[in-house]
Amino acid sequence: MTGYGLRSVALRYGAPFAVGVASLCAWQAVVTAYDVPSYLVPSPLAVLDTLRRDWTLLSRSLAFTLEVTLIALLLAVVIGLASAFLFVQSRVIEASLFPYAVLLQVTPIVAIAPLIIIWVRDTTVALVMCATIVALFPIVSNTTLGLRSVDPGLSELFRMYRAGRWQTLVRLRVPSALPYFFAGLRVSTGLALIGAVVAEFVAGTGGTASGLAYQILLSGLQLNIPRLFAALFLIAATGIVLSLLAALAARLALRRWHESELREGN
Amino acid sequence: MTAIDIAAAAKVFPNGVRALDPVTLGVREGEFATLIGPSGCGKSTLLRMVAGLLPPSGGRVRLWPDAGVSDREPMRRLAFVFQSATLMAWADVERNVRLPLDLGHADMTDAAHASQRVERALALVGLTDFRGAYPRELSGGMQMRASIARALVTEPSLLLMDEPFGALDEITRARLDRELSELGAREALTILFVTHSIYEAVFLSTRVFVMSPRPGRIIGEVAIDEPHPRADAFRVSAAFAGHCARLSAMLASALEEDIEGGGS
Repeated sequence: MTGYGLRSVALRYGAPFAVGVASLCAWQAVVTAYDVPSYLVPSPLAVLDTLRRDWTLLSRSLAFTLEVTLIALLLAVVIGLASAFLFVQSRVIEASLFPYAVLLQVTPIVAIAPLIIIWVRDTTVALVMCATIVALFPIVSNTTLGLRSVDPGLSELFRMYRAGRWQTLVRLRVPSALPYFFAGLRVSTGLALIGAVVAEFVAGTGGTASGLAYQILLSGLQLNIPRLFAALFLIAATGIVLSLLAALAARLALRRWHESELREGN
Repeated sequence: MTAIDIAAAAKVFPNGVRALDPVTLGVREGEFATLIGPSGCGKSTLLRMVAGLLPPSGGRVRLWPDAGVSDREPMRRLAFVFQSATLMAWADVERNVRLPLDLGHADMTDAAHASQRVERALALVGLTDFRGAYPRELSGGMQMRASIARALVTEPSLLLMDEPFGALDEITRARLDRELSELGAREALTILFVTHSIYEAVFLSTRVFVMSPRPGRIIGEVAIDEPHPRADAFRVSAAFAGHCARLSAMLASALEEDIEGGGS
């Protein structure tokens, strides 16, 4: 790797890391210096300690939230791709159904969630439904756009060689749509987590299996602020890891050919 | 034998634009015929009608009219090279070149035979060592070579080319022109070529058809009796200069007429 490459890597990963460490140190220093009680603002070390002590409890909640998020994301991908393929089959289908996809997108999930939670007996299923609704739209709209964004020259070439509908879909439309799909996936990954957490807030303390949002609610009621912070930290960390994984998937799929994944100077 | 028979073929678009007034011309097998003219003279329209991409609104276009082949058969024997390389960005050179075979164009059931054809097409354009490269890793000239290899992989007898080297720099263009001249001679191809460049037209063609715009029509024809393949020495010969001068004069009169006629 060249010196320039090393510097750019240091900038991309080192700089945000340094900012994070500096902020945590400042936080710790202020809390210690002014002797702020931990039921108002706990110090980072206190949060870390809670994380370790309550790990059994918190890890179970983390697993639950993660499960809801991932199932919702999977469903959003499957339903989203199916809808996109359906939409590009005919303009009539798209014109008839797309407005409803938008309707689903613009209606705040906190407004629909109570209904879903009342209608669906199983809380986990209700939460998955809410998160799926939130995560669905970016995948539908991006993939639809991608499937339509085919180079007209290539389209003509395929017609000239008498490619069938299926061949055109698999060899031309799907690869053309990949960059768009992955852009949608990155947005949806974050939205699935947000959907899972928000829905659980709405669901409140009901249900046996309970996730990180439940821990936050409960800790707030009990004024157990270090645990609240620990749960918050876990949600943020989950979001970062999921977003990195989505970026990695995009990179693996597109790195050889698409502009969005090209490294500088390559 | 006649390869392309265009009989009073015309094109009027549904919006009333007369893209092409009735054109009659024949291209013999093994000829390198070129359509030259200013923008809007209908040369691409004519080429696309020959390719079957655009139906004529009057007259007709027939391929190998004397051979007694079925309607679909001639289409299998022609290949089209676009103005831009139009390669699939997600596929390497080899898979791009193989595409027409993968789409079943040549009834390639035999995989070994297909690879052999891809091999040969790559060798013909000098891309054997770049089979694994992706389009974005190639220069414009190399992308165009890949595009030509893709056209050649079906072993066509008729090649239709729509300003294939228009976007390339002068040096690359001259080199590809020379290679195309060699290729056409070696493979005994019939080529119908569209260009804006007088020099390119003279260097490559056995016959040049000069077209005029608004409405598009053929206003003249220049035969160039230099044997193929042509060498760079031809570019600096007196004959070359003479042909260029004649073509320039014809194109100039076409443009003047267009301006005096007020266009439309």
